[in-house]
Amino acid sequence: MQYLMDLVNWLTNPPILFTVAIVAFFLALRTRWVWTNRFFIIWTSGLTLFFLVSLAHPHFREIVTKGDNIPIVIMVYAVSFFVWLGLKQAYENDERIARGEPPWEASFQGEKEYVWPDLVYIEFLSTLVVGLGLLVWSLFVPAPLEQPADPTNSPNPSKAPWYFLGLQEMLVYYDPWIAGVLLPGLIIIGLMCIPYIDVNPRGNGYYTFRERKAEITLYLFGFLILWCLLIFIGTFLRGPNWNFFGLYEEWDIHKVEPLTNVDLSEYFWIRLLGQPLPAQWYVREAPGLVLVVLYLFGLPPLLAKTFLRRYYEKMGFIRYNIFVLLLLIMLSMPIKMYLRWLFNLKYIVHLQEFEFNI
Amino acid sequence: MAERGLWTRIRKSQVWRSMFRHDIPKDARGRSLAVLSNVFLHLHPVKVRKNGLKLSYTWCMGGLSFFLFLVETVTGVLLMFYYRPTAQYAYFDIVDLREQIPFGIMREIHRWGAHLMVLSVWLHMLRVFLTGSYKPPREFNWVVGVNLLVLTLLLSFTGYLLPWDQLAIWAVTVGTNMARATPLLGHEGPGAALLKLGDLQLIHIGSDVRFALLSGRFIGEATLNRFYILHCVFFPLIVATLIAVHFWRVRKDGGISGPL
Repeated sequence: MQYLMDLVNWLTNPPILFTVAIVAFFLALRTRWVWTNRFFIIWTSGLTLFFLVSLAHPHFREIVTKGDNIPIVIMVYAVSFFVWLGLKQAYENDERIARGEPPWEASFQGEKEYVWPDLVYIEFLSTLVVGLGLLVWSLFVPAPLEQPADPTNSPNPSKAPWYFLGLQEMLVYYDPWIAGVLLPGLIIIGLMCIPYIDVNPRGNGYYTFRERKAEITLYLFGFLILWCLLIFIGTFLRGPNWNFFGLYEEWDIHKVEPLTNVDLSEYFWIRLLGQPLPAQWYVREAPGLVLVVLYLFGLPPLLAKTFLRRYYEKMGFIRYNIFVLLLLIMLSMPIKMYLRWLFNLKYIVHLQEFEFNI
Repeated sequence: MAERGLWTRIRKSQVWRSMFRHDIPKDARGRSLAVLSNVFLHLHPVKVRKNGLKLSYTWCMGGLSFFLFLVETVTGVLLMFYYRPTAQYAYFDIVDLREQIPFGIMREIHRWGAHLMVLSVWLHMLRVFLTGSYKPPREFNWVVGVNLLVLTLLLSFTGYLLPWDQLAIWAVTVGTNMARATPLLGHEGPGAALLKLGDLQLIHIGSDVRFALLSGRFIGEATLNRFYILHCVFFPLIVATLIAVHFWRVRKDGGISGPL
């Protein structure tokens, strides 16, 4: 038992968990068997078993049964069910298309059905089921209420509401002006840009994976890995002082994490060249600045000529550049996480002179 | 069934017929009229694509998001009868809601419904993405939807402060502290120090974005009032308007999406 608990604690180490999740994500997308009923039953049973067994652990139970954390349990089940449901139909449609048939949604040949009573009935039943569920939930679980507000007494850890925990997690790897302002803004703008960036005319109005592989992969990567998984991590694995704790590890308020974070400038000048840090900021931060400029402005034209050539030709100059810039900024998040975990890298560019750090 | 007796008399009465313009739908005409002559059902067209009737296609998530918005509106209004947004009363009104009010689970329904609504909006968005329903001619409605998603989160976040307990003020503190770092407009943000008139700092702790959010340098009574108005009036009005636009455009763009 102790061995199993240690194993889970090791697995929920952020770098391990994140790597396992990313590998599993890409494997699952390409594995037909994952999108069948049998796999879903196995997955849900395994998940439920895991939750039930874990409930025996007092610390885990304390987190899960917190009123405001119930949505996260619902999220784990609902998101995995609906992603599965969508991709299952996508794979089935792809097989139909491969056989030369139309997708299932087109098999009615545009046939229509009266709203009364068919659709009204579905809406009525759905609201009834959800409404009753909500009522039962409300009867049995009291809404959380802690001590009266006290500005002089801050709880540790202070957590944002659960749906913002992904953003709060970003604060670890980026300064507030990036994590709290720039990235949320770009997420919103990026989402709004989707219909104008995606020039692929196929897959309009039916589930499909093969005809929209890149789009669906990117969207699900953002939603599942960079949003839902970070919420899960923020809920279960972040404890006092925003330190990491294993799933079955007690939250010890005195846990000390050695802060050995090093800036890129120090890596470059001191450790690589064995010199003191240059006095002028533009010399000191030159390696970081060059890297950032190359990443954001050098990669897009390079990719346009190589890997993303087909996209560049299809999308045109403006669409392509907006798309690649948004994509690179999105991918900078996991890149920065891994740099922190593997090399303790704090800032790529550290300009305390202007309060500007990347 | 013999059409006799009291039930028939009621249905033939002037009062009944003034309310319901036609009989129970039995044929195509009746089924059309049932939708056309009812202001609520009239959100729908008379007929929809067949895949729009399949739960496996739509997941009913858009409809459930709307339903949960209505639940939040109704329970929210009921809560407003008992809640006073002042530092003196807020917390104890919330306690009394549970302890003193008959059937005191309105706050529970409101809070759990809010959590569910956040989830249902995410899942609705996932469904729309996976079915490619943002593609022409529906691009703009996706943009409206993203705005509704952001407003859903803002509604939830502003409501978080109202119980005025430890959870509330510290979650909101964490959330609004980020605004300090807004480039140019937050007093700790990059470039804020550059905004000067002579040697007068334009952006400081008493004039930046965070100050505007909190209407003060830290969370206090003024913040509670501000968040209360945002939560109960300002955001709901915008959401209601955008929902109307959203539904209208669904109809104008050809109803529930399906293969072209």
